[in-house]
Amino acid sequence: MKDKDSVIIELTVQNHAGVMSHITGLFSRRAFNLEGILCGRIGDGTRSRMYLLVNDDDRLEQIVKQLQKLYDVLEVSLKYDYDQSVFDRLSEWIGG
Amino acid sequence: MKVNGAEITIKLLERQGIEVISGIPGGANLPLYDALSKSSIRHVLARHEQGAGFIAQGIARTTGRAAVCFATSGPGLTNLLTAIADAKQDSIPMVAVTGQVSYGLVGTDAFQEVDTYGLTIPITKHNFLVRSPEELLQVVPEAFRIAEGGRPGPVVVDIPKDVQLGMVELEAWPEPAAAKEKSHVEICMADIEQTATLINEAKKPLLYIGGGIVHSNAYRALREFAGKNSIPVTSTLMGLGCLRGDDPLNLGMVGMHGTRYTNYLLNETDLLLAFGVRFDDRATGKVSGFCRNARIVHIDIDEAEINKIRKADISITGDIGAVLGKMLPLVKRDERKEWITQIESMKAAFPFFMPSGSGRHPIEIIKLIGSLAPEDAIITTDVGQHQMWVAQGYPFKLPRTLLTSGGLGTMGFGLPAAIGAAIANPDKRVICFSGDGSILMNIQELATLADLQLNVTVAVLNNGHLGLVRQQQEMFYDGHYIASEFVTNPDFAMISRGFGITAYDAGRGGNMEEVLRQALSHSGPAFVNIPIPPKENVIPIVPPGAANHDMVGGETYER
Ligand SMILES: Cc1ncc(C[n+]2csc(CCOP(=O)(O)OP(=O)(O)O)c2C)c(N)n1
Repeated sequence: MKDKDSVIIELTVQNHAGVMSHITGLFSRRAFNLEGILCGRIGDGTRSRMYLLVNDDDRLEQIVKQLQKLYDVLEVSLKYDYDQSVFDRLSEWIGG
Repeated sequence: MKVNGAEITIKLLERQGIEVISGIPGGANLPLYDALSKSSIRHVLARHEQGAGFIAQGIARTTGRAAVCFATSGPGLTNLLTAIADAKQDSIPMVAVTGQVSYGLVGTDAFQEVDTYGLTIPITKHNFLVRSPEELLQVVPEAFRIAEGGRPGPVVVDIPKDVQLGMVELEAWPEPAAAKEKSHVEICMADIEQTATLINEAKKPLLYIGGGIVHSNAYRALREFAGKNSIPVTSTLMGLGCLRGDDPLNLGMVGMHGTRYTNYLLNETDLLLAFGVRFDDRATGKVSGFCRNARIVHIDIDEAEINKIRKADISITGDIGAVLGKMLPLVKRDERKEWITQIESMKAAFPFFMPSGSGRHPIEIIKLIGSLAPEDAIITTDVGQHQMWVAQGYPFKLPRTLLTSGGLGTMGFGLPAAIGAAIANPDKRVICFSGDGSILMNIQELATLADLQLNVTVAVLNNGHLGLVRQQQEMFYDGHYIASEFVTNPDFAMISRGFGITAYDAGRGGNMEEVLRQALSHSGPAFVNIPIPPKENVIPIVPPGAANHDMVGGETYER
């Protein structure tokens, strides 16, 4: 299932306790919306992969550029061609 | 060799070339101070951590290199926050090293514990909570790389006390971070060529420059570039000094308190060259009304500034000095007779409102001080009307000679920043213009100034008000005055003498020029209280939410 109005941002980040605050803090202080987050460690655990579900609107360019500036963010890419069902199943699971 | 975390930190700061650290000790950073006592680095004891932060900023803003300040955990850090946020807004390289409770106590609401990491995420370029003494070997040089690299900014290094005390067996020291490396971004030659073509074909190009030119040390390149193609230049508050005040191409400051003819010319230009600027709302006014008829070329080192506020027709991400160097040979020599003539007639029709006569208008006083001070004097300001009058009236001739809190607009910036500037520039005269409101916000730093006996002259333009607030209430709140007039007014000259600083009062009869001359030539610190009319306004002013060309004030003086 695909949702035209949203897009997933895939991030590769350093895996330490403060990274999540840096990312969610960026969204709240720049008044970007954030519909969902998935996160898990990859490889030997020094890095994590994050998927951010966001609206596909004219603020997206800014969001991506601001994410790229974060020191602990190693890679940023946009996934238009994605299956959002994992986020849907997640919201079912949490009773949303 | 066996060393502890504090010794590692101090050694790495030495190797980084740090000569002075401002700060205040406390329980959680005492190991750092213990190591500092054995170091060649000089410590400047501020009287409030915000003062320490702004002293570091004064060093950084005048040298372009990252400066260091120290604070202890808890209240030490919370006191420092304003100076860090200020450095972030104005892109000032600074490394704040803070003590933290021992790592095992983090998260337990220990004595003087505060979440430094969490508090400083939104106001730093990056921050570190150091978990082991070994980590310091990587984190300290990295902090400088981050603070000085690309778009500069503040970095916090938070070090728990047990990490400061933890022992490490070391073979060799890591290399310090290299002096600010130029941007690695490969600048696209095609974009530069396209921009040069646009410039060569434009009828009415206009340069809109800002702090980026200062940070890139590109003012010479800018002068040459503007001069070759006769492009008039308007500057934000942060870019003042890049062009000489008396350069015929200099249109002065843009925006909220910009010059009337400059704000009108924004509507005329067909090509806006936005170099090292970020389209701040104080500069642009209502964005949709800003340079409506122009194509926009935006060059900045921070990619995220491109298209953030205003969509650019062409953009280049990179160091502006490098870009100017590549672009200079491509723009043709042009006198632009028509455009320059139009500008001259605009200047004649809407000249800068110059109060004349009494000699007591703040701008006249500021100009007088400008004529008495050496060419290379460094000016700091606080925030308010006096700040805008200095920006409008002081004859700046070089970049890094105006230190002012542009982005955050922090009252209390001026005095400690002046101390920092004087520490880094012992051969220069430093003048701090302040208001009777702002000076009280960090007045305790007069004690630091007295300790150091630096050549700082503090000039307080005393109007008995929070002048800029009073002005806004007069103009935009129907004259409903509240909380903008002081009930009592301290005797500033007497207070200064209490700190051991020579003080003058320009109000007590006598000859203003003579008093100022003395205050400016006095070796060591001097303070001068200058009474000004209580209800003078900064004009013109763009009302909140309006476009720049809808500025008000000053019309009647101007025909
Ligand atoms: C820390 C801080 N608090 C409040 C303000 C809001 N503010 C901006 S200008 C101003 C008045 C400044 O008064 P003064 O220093 O006397 O300067 P004047 O405008 O009279 O020249 C105030 C309160 C501020 N900029 N900074």
